[in-house]
Amino acid sequence: MSAAVIERGTAASRIAGIGVAAIIVLLAIAPQFLSAGAVDRMTALFIYVILAAMWNALAGFGGLVSVGQQVFFGLGAYFTIRLANAGLNPFVSLFVSAVIVGAVSWPISLFMLRLKNGEFAIGLWVIAALTHLLVNLDRLIQGETGTSLISLNVYDASTRRLTIYWLALASMTALLAVLFRLLRGSTGAAIRAIRDNEDAAASVGVRVTGTKRLLFVLAAFGIGVAGALWLATAITFQPKTYFSVQWTAYMIFMVLVGGIGTFEGAILGALLFFLIETWFGGTGVWYLIGLGATALVFSLLLPRGLWGTLEERFGWRLLSVGYRVKLPTGTSNPTGEIASPQTTNSREKA
Amino acid sequence: MSNQIVQGILLGGYYALIACGLSFMFSVMRIINLAHGSLAVLSAFALWLLASRFHISPFFGLLIVLPLMAVIGWALQRFLLERSARGGALLPILTTFGLAIVIDNVLFEQFGADTRSLAPFIGSLSYDSWEWPGGIYVGKLAVIIFVAAVVLLGGLQLSLTRTGLGRSIRATSEDSDTAGLVGVDARRANAIAAAIAMVTVGLAGAFLGMRATFDPYAGATQLLFAFEAAVIGGAGSLWGTLVGGIVLALAQTLGAKVHPQGFLIGGHVAFLIVLFIRLYTSGLGLRGLLRLSAEKAP
Repeated sequence: MSAAVIERGTAASRIAGIGVAAIIVLLAIAPQFLSAGAVDRMTALFIYVILAAMWNALAGFGGLVSVGQQVFFGLGAYFTIRLANAGLNPFVSLFVSAVIVGAVSWPISLFMLRLKNGEFAIGLWVIAALTHLLVNLDRLIQGETGTSLISLNVYDASTRRLTIYWLALASMTALLAVLFRLLRGSTGAAIRAIRDNEDAAASVGVRVTGTKRLLFVLAAFGIGVAGALWLATAITFQPKTYFSVQWTAYMIFMVLVGGIGTFEGAILGALLFFLIETWFGGTGVWYLIGLGATALVFSLLLPRGLWGTLEERFGWRLLSVGYRVKLPTGTSNPTGEIASPQTTNSREKA
Repeated sequence: MSNQIVQGILLGGYYALIACGLSFMFSVMRIINLAHGSLAVLSAFALWLLASRFHISPFFGLLIVLPLMAVIGWALQRFLLERSARGGALLPILTTFGLAIVIDNVLFEQFGADTRSLAPFIGSLSYDSWEWPGGIYVGKLAVIIFVAAVVLLGGLQLSLTRTGLGRSIRATSEDSDTAGLVGVDARRANAIAAAIAMVTVGLAGAFLGMRATFDPYAGATQLLFAFEAAVIGGAGSLWGTLVGGIVLALAQTLGAKVHPQGFLIGGHVAFLIVLFIRLYTSGLGLRGLLRLSAEKAP
C-alpha cells in the first residue's frame, strides 16, 4: 500500500532556504561595494519589503483589508521624534517607538476588528485622519511645518547611513522570520483557515478574533518599524507625508501585484515596486496613475498576483508555509477523499 | 449659538447628499466604493470645465453632467464592480481604491494643484442670505442644498418602496439569486442602482463646488465625510443618512468652537463615539468587549 506522502518543503524550498541565508549574508556585506546613494536605495527597498509583508499578513492571511495602515507608519515616526526629543538615543528610539505603536494598536483592534470588510477598511482610514490631525496639534511638530530628528546629527553621515542600512536589513529579516514562523506553526493553520472561510474556521474551534488581533498588532508593529526607519533616512518629519494614504496605496500595489496571501508574493511585489519606482518615479503624476491602474487591472484580471499565478501553474514552492499532499502517481485513490493531485496542489496555497 | 446650530443642520444636508449614494450602493450591492469621493470631485471638475470654458452655468451644466455620471455608474458596475465582486468581498475594496488613485491623479494631471470653486459662476447665490427671526442669517445656497437633500432622499425612498424598479432593486439586494428565480434581472437592477447612486454623487459634487473649494485630491475627505454620515445614520433607512449628516455637521461645528483646528477632529470623534455606542449596545458592553478579546473569542 503506497500511502500519500505529506511533505512540508520541497527540494526547491530547501535550496531556497539556503539561498535566502546566502542573500542575507551578501546584503549584510554589500555596503562595502555600494555607493552611498545605492546604500540609501537598498534601505528603501528593505522598508518596502517590510511594508508589503505586513500589509500582506493583515490582508492576505487575516482577510483584513485596511486603507488606514499609514496611521502606524506615521505614529512610528512621530513617537521616534518624541522619544528622541526626550533624550533617548535616536537609534534606540526607533525600536521603542515601534513597540509603543504595537501597544497602541491593541486597543484600536478591540474596536476596529468588529467592523467588516469595507467598514474596517475606511474605519481605519478615519483613525488615520484623526491621528494625523491630533499629531498636528503637538507643539513640537509645529503643525504641517513638521520637525526633524535632530539628535541623529551627532553621528557623521556615513556611520548614520550604514547603521540605518543594517538596522533596516535586520528589521526586515527579523520581521519576515517571525511571520514565517507564525505561518508555519499552529497559528498559521488557524490563519489560513480564517482566510479561506471565517465561519467554518470558527465552527471547528479556531480563535478567529484572537488570531486576527495577533496579525493586526504584528502588522502595526512592523509598519511602525518601517515608519521609524523611514524617518531615520529622511530626517525630516512632516505629518502630511507620513500620514498620507499613499503609503497604503504602495502597500496595496506591492501585495496585489506580487501575490496576495502568498509569503513570497509580497517580497516579489516589493522588488517590482522598487524597480518601477527607480525607473518611472521621476515621471511624477503618470507614475501614480500607472500604479493605480495596475492595481485596478490586477484586482480584476489577476487577483492572485504574479506569484500566486505562477505558483498555481507550476507548483512552485520556495518558502513554503503550508503542507502539500503528494499522492503516488498512477494509483487510484481508495478513500476518495481527495479528488486528484491537481486539486490538492492548487488547494494548498500560502 | 442657535445660529451655529442652524448652520450645522444645513451643512448636514450636504453630508446627507454625499452619503446617500454611498449607503445606497452599500445596501444594494454590499460594496463600499472607495472612489466615491473622487467621483464627486470629478463631477465638480466637469461642471467647472463647462462653466469656465463654455460659459454654461453649473445648474444647466448638471443637465449634461448628471446623465454622464449615470453612464459612469452603469459602466462602473458592469465592467469593474460586477467582475471584482465575484472574487469575494475584499476585492472590490482594492478595485475601487485603485480607481480612486487613477481619478485623483488624472484630475491632477489635467487641472493642476490649484483649488477651484463653482461659486464665481452662480452669481449672487453664493453669498445671498435670508434673515430669519432671531437675527439668524441663512445662506440661500445652504437652504437649497438642504432642500435638495430632503427631496432626493424622499424621492429615493419613495421610488424604492413604490415603483417596480425599486422593488426589483430591493429584491436583488436581499437575495439576488432568488430574485433571479422570480424574473428579476439582477445585473440590470444592480447597474441601474449604480447609475442612480452616481447621479446623487454628481449632484453632491456640484454642491461641493458651489459651497466650497475643491482640488484634485479632495476626494478622500469627501469619502470620509460620506462614510461617517452613513455610519452614524445607520444602514437601513435613507432618512437615517440625513440624521447622520446633521449629527456629523453639528459635531464639526462644536469641534470648531472648542479649538480652531477642531472642525474635522469633532466629526471624526463623533463618528468613533457613535461606533462605540453601537458596539456597546449590541449586547456586548465595554467589559464584554474586552473579555471577549481576552478569552471568549469565537
